[in-house]
Amino acid sequence: METGLVLLLLIFPLVGFLINLSVGKKIGRSLPGIIATAAVTGSFAISLFYFIQILSTGQAIEVHLFQWVAFGEFSVNLAFVLDQLSLLWLLVVTGIGTLIHIYSIGYMHDDENVDRFFSYLNLFIFFMIVLVTANNLLVMFIGWEGVGLCSYLLIGFWYKNQQFNDAAKKAFIMNRIGDLGFLTGVFTLAYLFKTVDFATLKLALSTTTTPETSALLGVAAFCLFIGAMGKSAQIPLYTWLPDAMAGPTPVSALIHAATMVTAGIFMITRLNFLFDLTPDIQYFIAIIGAVTALFAASIGIVQTDIKKVLAYSTVSQLGLMFLALGLGAYQIAVFHVITHAFFKACLFLGSGSVIHAMGGEQDMRKMGGLKGVMSITYITFLVSTLSISGIPPFAGFFSKDEIMLVAFQNSPILWVVAMLASLLTAFYMFRVLYLTFFKEFRGTSEQKKHLHESPSSMTMPLIVLGVLATVGGLISLPFGYSWLNNYLSPIFSGSDVVEAHGFSTEQMVFMGVSTLIALIGMSLAYYKYMTKSTVPEEDEKITGFAKVLYNKYYIDEIYNTIFIKPIYAMSNFFNSIVESIITGVVFGFALIAKGLSAPAKALQNGSVGFYLSFFVVAFCLLIICLFLV
Amino acid sequence: MNIAIILIILLVGAILTYLSGNRWAPKVAMLFAIITAIFSIALLLEYHNTGTSFSVQWINNPSVMFSLKADGLSLIMVLLTSVLLPIILLTAVSHTVPYEKLLYSLILFMAFAMTGVFLSSDALLYYVFWELSLIPIYFIVVLWGNGSMSKRRRSALTFFIYTFAGSLFMLGAIIYLYTKTGSFQLYDLYNANLSDTEQLWIFLAFFFAYAIKIPIFPFHTWQANVYQKAPLVGTLLLGALMSKMALYSALRWQLPIAPHAAHSMQTVVLTLSIIGVIYGSIVALKQDNLKRFFAYASLAHVGFIAAGIYALTLDGLQGAVLLMVAHGFGIVGLFFGSEVIYRRFNTPLISQMGGIKGQAPKFTIAFFLMIMASITIPLSFNFVGELTIMYGLYQVSIWYTILIGTSMFLGAFFMLHMYQLVMLGEVRKKPFADLTVNEGIVFILLTAVLLFFGLYSKPIVDLASPSLQEILMYVNR
Repeated sequence: METGLVLLLLIFPLVGFLINLSVGKKIGRSLPGIIATAAVTGSFAISLFYFIQILSTGQAIEVHLFQWVAFGEFSVNLAFVLDQLSLLWLLVVTGIGTLIHIYSIGYMHDDENVDRFFSYLNLFIFFMIVLVTANNLLVMFIGWEGVGLCSYLLIGFWYKNQQFNDAAKKAFIMNRIGDLGFLTGVFTLAYLFKTVDFATLKLALSTTTTPETSALLGVAAFCLFIGAMGKSAQIPLYTWLPDAMAGPTPVSALIHAATMVTAGIFMITRLNFLFDLTPDIQYFIAIIGAVTALFAASIGIVQTDIKKVLAYSTVSQLGLMFLALGLGAYQIAVFHVITHAFFKACLFLGSGSVIHAMGGEQDMRKMGGLKGVMSITYITFLVSTLSISGIPPFAGFFSKDEIMLVAFQNSPILWVVAMLASLLTAFYMFRVLYLTFFKEFRGTSEQKKHLHESPSSMTMPLIVLGVLATVGGLISLPFGYSWLNNYLSPIFSGSDVVEAHGFSTEQMVFMGVSTLIALIGMSLAYYKYMTKSTVPEEDEKITGFAKVLYNKYYIDEIYNTIFIKPIYAMSNFFNSIVESIITGVVFGFALIAKGLSAPAKALQNGSVGFYLSFFVVAFCLLIICLFLV
Repeated sequence: MNIAIILIILLVGAILTYLSGNRWAPKVAMLFAIITAIFSIALLLEYHNTGTSFSVQWINNPSVMFSLKADGLSLIMVLLTSVLLPIILLTAVSHTVPYEKLLYSLILFMAFAMTGVFLSSDALLYYVFWELSLIPIYFIVVLWGNGSMSKRRRSALTFFIYTFAGSLFMLGAIIYLYTKTGSFQLYDLYNANLSDTEQLWIFLAFFFAYAIKIPIFPFHTWQANVYQKAPLVGTLLLGALMSKMALYSALRWQLPIAPHAAHSMQTVVLTLSIIGVIYGSIVALKQDNLKRFFAYASLAHVGFIAAGIYALTLDGLQGAVLLMVAHGFGIVGLFFGSEVIYRRFNTPLISQMGGIKGQAPKFTIAFFLMIMASITIPLSFNFVGELTIMYGLYQVSIWYTILIGTSMFLGAFFMLHMYQLVMLGEVRKKPFADLTVNEGIVFILLTAVLLFFGLYSKPIVDLASPSLQEILMYVNR
């Protein structure tokens, strides 16, 4: 019974995928969306059921299916676990998943391949569920690569456009670089402990600490973090995420903001017992996180494509989460994952609503004044912007504030970096808000006629997410009782549990500073974009350092020059030179053999007389030999 | 049941196929292929981990036995051959060619020779089967190949002489071993008590034969030409089965006979194998001919298998066996995909393809699944194999794992690059009909195998494990 119900969690989206894949074309344009949505809703219902159950029992549920991979010394089962951490993630994945499926019904209605879209979306949910419910590292890897595959399929959904296909390919390959790190980390742990089960690993790690082991643990943690860099778009493996915006906007909201890109954070949280033993790697993670946060935010301030801004914002926010992880504050990272899922999904869906109204236009310089036409989109977008900028009492404020606090307590330098990132975040988000919704409309008159609020299938998810982005902070208040910390405590070992700190003066001041920073960013944006009647000169003609930022520090070009071009050059070189040389050597040996056989060949000249005389001479020699012996 | 029966069925099948005439040849060949598959499955069912053998004296002086032995490892290879054979035949039916009776008869004869290689436990008998397999494939390439007659004859002849020359080294080694032990029997050779120097020479002699046939870098230059020139069935026989013959032989003969040399040469052969993986991946990137492209892809994949074998760890060997089977099925899917495109577009050039996805949704799914398996997406059989090999290599050194692991993204790079050019983009003017029933069946069978064992590889692991442990026992003595 238990097994059956847990499996149903996985089977719902899988069946949805198979139905839409096989008969999706024959059942019209609306049915695929309904089937897919029903499938995810089913998974959501089961997740909710187990979530409520675990709230009262506190007992994790494990399901073992059968042996999947066998190594010489141990084998790996296809096995799943529903504990506090996986259920929390399940709620986010299937909950937001459901909302985005509903949204997509409206958004994708006119697309000829709507069936394929929903089948991929269901497949993604399936792999995401595998990822978060895995009870060992290799089953997690199934989900880990599976979501990457779905991401590839969905980024390149409009496959006739080769640029989109390039973006999809890039995402897949960059993720694959990370995946090699992931696997190497898994191998290291397997080599040490002959297991990849989380529970057994946790037990083993709590007892063994020889110097040799701890060096290898560092290797494992480092390699696994490389995996996280790829999936969660951290420096240096982040460049695929902005390009991934080529996919339909619901995909950007679901995969590239709310769920898949948080997989790296999930994995590190899952393995907190490992990372706690490797302080050097933790510190490295914190630095990478903080630097990514600032770096991506700085690129975000000059982008003119609304989705690109949100994409860099996602990279930046993920950086903050890694900062928290690196400082050992796993609950806070998880908290930010959740609030970020709410407001970022809302922002992306809001931008989708805008793009939908603008007939596909994504350049903010051609928008403006949409506040009047699209009030629901506007209000939800505003709420989410306030939330991401860290203005109290919206959800993002609480989670971000916690990160800042823990950064401040551990390393003032990291705190300053994170604060700067926050300042920039407030600035670019309000820039988006002002450029898009305020002032006069700057598009063509054709577009202006077409402007409209989106249908209710699209606005309903926006409203739900907007509400969550407002009140989501309640799950972990900085004072008194933090529900989240309490709920997650079984996942972490004792020392990790952050004590619910009192409502101290220090924290009051701290919150004040955070808020002030956000308000400064907001005011700067107001000054620049609201006091003048036109779009500022700098945003039309991009020069100087802004140009460097606009071109994303030329990182793509640099990667292209030092990785992609050399590979193609090598391919050419191998093809034209090396292959010929090897072939030449082989033929050279053949020629030597031919040369060596030439004297022998000369003997066989076809003259019977020559053969006969040779025979006679040889025969005589033979006789002489015999007599002599 | 006597294991010689499989060989007899295939040989009789080859003769009867030839006698049945052009019209009936495909059907008769298919019938015998299916009978072979049924018999080898029956053999599997009555197999109990002890190994079945069969032996009669063949030649008295020198003492050559017609001795066959089927342990778990051999059975896996025989099953691979006999299950792939009907699928390979299925790719050819509905596509008539001249002299069908000869073609189908040669295919069965080739299967006969390769099955002989997998079953022989007498070195000379093994060598005879090994060389016998070369003859049918030579004629298949020359008589039914692509391109001009002179060019394909040249490619086929190069291949023939090259592999034959390599095999002569092996023959030399076998004869030397006979002078030492007075026997060609497998276990007598295992226990030959060779000095380290002798082992080194024996190891190298075997290595030449196998490195050319697998092929391992830099002995691969015949491969792309022959794969390209061969007709589809020829490419499939070469890529799916003949390369496995050499890989299997390394496990069965080379490692246990020369264990010390295997250890002392490990760095060299592992490095060559891994170079093959990376080199193949990079060279593939610039291929414009789809069959050449897959030939280089295959070079990378067999390099991976070879690395597993030369890791000399149980996981390495285990992974190699899994990947051999997976690659056998996978490569059939890839080359068949290229053939499906060729039959419709009439061009082998990637630069003249594109936009197929918009025209043929079923083919797109099938081809995409084959590509996903070949770049080892989890839940595919190939993934289980590569994963096990990588862990096997990790036990030798983490650097080998990382180096060979680059194929995770290099492989994805060249495969998706090709997929994008061939399948995606704007729809072309030329119509592209979706899969026929026959073609669909081939892809469904392949997908079923690759997915089933991707989820549940235990049967193969359990079958291979005792044989591999025995081999390792000899290797590590």
